Amino acid sequence: MSNVPNELKYVASHEWIRDEGNGIVTIGITDHAQDLLGDVVFVELPEVGAEVSAGDDTGVVESVKAASDVYAPLSGEVVAINEALEDAPETVNSDPYGDGWFFQLKLSDTSELDDLLDADGYAAHCEAES
Amino acid sequence: MGHKTALHAQHHALGAKLVDFSGWEMPLHYGSQVEEHNKVRQSAGMFDVSHMTIVDVSGAQARSYLRHLLANDVATLKQKGKALYSAMLNEKGGVIDDLIVYLMTEPDTSGEWYRVVVNCGTREKDLRWMADQAVRFDVALTEQPELAMIAIQGPKARQRVEQAVSESRARMISELKPFVGQESEGWFIARTGYTGEDGLEIMLPEDEAADFWQQLLDAGVAPCGLGARDTLRLEAGMNLYGSDMDEEISPLEAGMGWTLALEPADRQFVGREAVEALKAKGVERKLVGLVLTERGVLRAHQKVVVDGLGEGEITSGSFSPTLGYSIALARVPAATGTSAEVEMRGKRVPVQVVRPPFVRHGEKVFS
Repeated sequence: MSNVPNELKYVASHEWIRDEGNGIVTIGITDHAQDLLGDVVFVELPEVGAEVSAGDDTGVVESVKAASDVYAPLSGEVVAINEALEDAPETVNSDPYGDGWFFQLKLSDTSELDDLLDADGYAAHCEAES
Repeated sequence: MGHKTALHAQHHALGAKLVDFSGWEMPLHYGSQVEEHNKVRQSAGMFDVSHMTIVDVSGAQARSYLRHLLANDVATLKQKGKALYSAMLNEKGGVIDDLIVYLMTEPDTSGEWYRVVVNCGTREKDLRWMADQAVRFDVALTEQPELAMIAIQGPKARQRVEQAVSESRARMISELKPFVGQESEGWFIARTGYTGEDGLEIMLPEDEAADFWQQLLDAGVAPCGLGARDTLRLEAGMNLYGSDMDEEISPLEAGMGWTLALEPADRQFVGREAVEALKAKGVERKLVGLVLTERGVLRAHQKVVVDGLGEGEITSGSFSPTLGYSIALARVPAATGTSAEVEMRGKRVPVQVVRPPFVRHGEKVFS
């Protein structure tokens, strides 16, 4: 079974969210998502400064097998993107919760954090989908 | 539950991601499809292709039968073990399947027989068609389901296999010419493949397959799945049946014109009239290569737009691990030049139109 760290939050569209404090969150795709996609070959990320709303598609991750949209799990302003993925997209496969992160948001409404799935909820969601 | 090859336990033990492939449970990859691809381009990888269908054709009229059945001409095989790539056409000139046929004996000898390897996904219709076409001939068709088949491919493939086999097999392999197969101690070892690299395809009794697989692992050959097999064949510009051609497509529209043996003119093979009629009229479509050097991945069924000429469709597309960008095969209007556009995710993206293959022996070969 894929790795679902307890300290992270999740959404059903297979993004993970780490609360960095001060209204900043880091976002990536889960181990389960990278496993379904297979070898990632391109990642298209939003621009720093872009305003996004929860549920917006904000990028694309392309694997050898398929293209998949990346959704903003929360609303806010993009304050950082992982430019290293441009040259090393395979990091999404090898370290999805670490160096394979996608972007950071400054949240416009931190109460949205309460709507996210915890690790058990996400694991149950993956189980139900398979 | 799907069919399992004799190597199923090995795949499982190696952590393969197994998927259904035409009713067979086959490895898609053993971790990373791209790494497996690169192993084949740079050193040596091996594929379990035991799901493929092997049919032996024997009998007094084996040759006449195959000259009737196949669009390429087995009479051009002048040497024992020589292989031939051919389409098997229907009366309308559409492709029932593509296959490899080996001449298993010296030519023109009594007891002459052939080995045919067809696709697994088309097994039933192929066997039915081959049997129907055999009615007028003195031939016997014998399927060989108890043979396993392992393809070992890459610049170091033959060298690594030589380390893993008996001395007499190793000697035979070191002398084997490209596109020729020979029997050795009950194995059929052919210098053929589906990757654009040097390598071997070995057919052997199922109960010997697991030991041989282990010896290959010990010799440093990387196990590779169907995912890498697909990107390798795409880079090599080799068609995949069901994607790049099918029963509705003429070989003339699938980049397979070179496999049609129209000489001698008096050889009446199935589909000949349809092929000649289309050739005389001129084809409206052709199969080409597409190259996208910017970000994005070309995918099967995306629409191709050719300015002033109309539309076409991608038949196979993927990321090319060797080149670092996306490539595709596409069927487009016959007059298409060197550029086109592909509709990808709601946008039109310009692509270069090239003549496949894209990669041979590890190097880019188109311009």
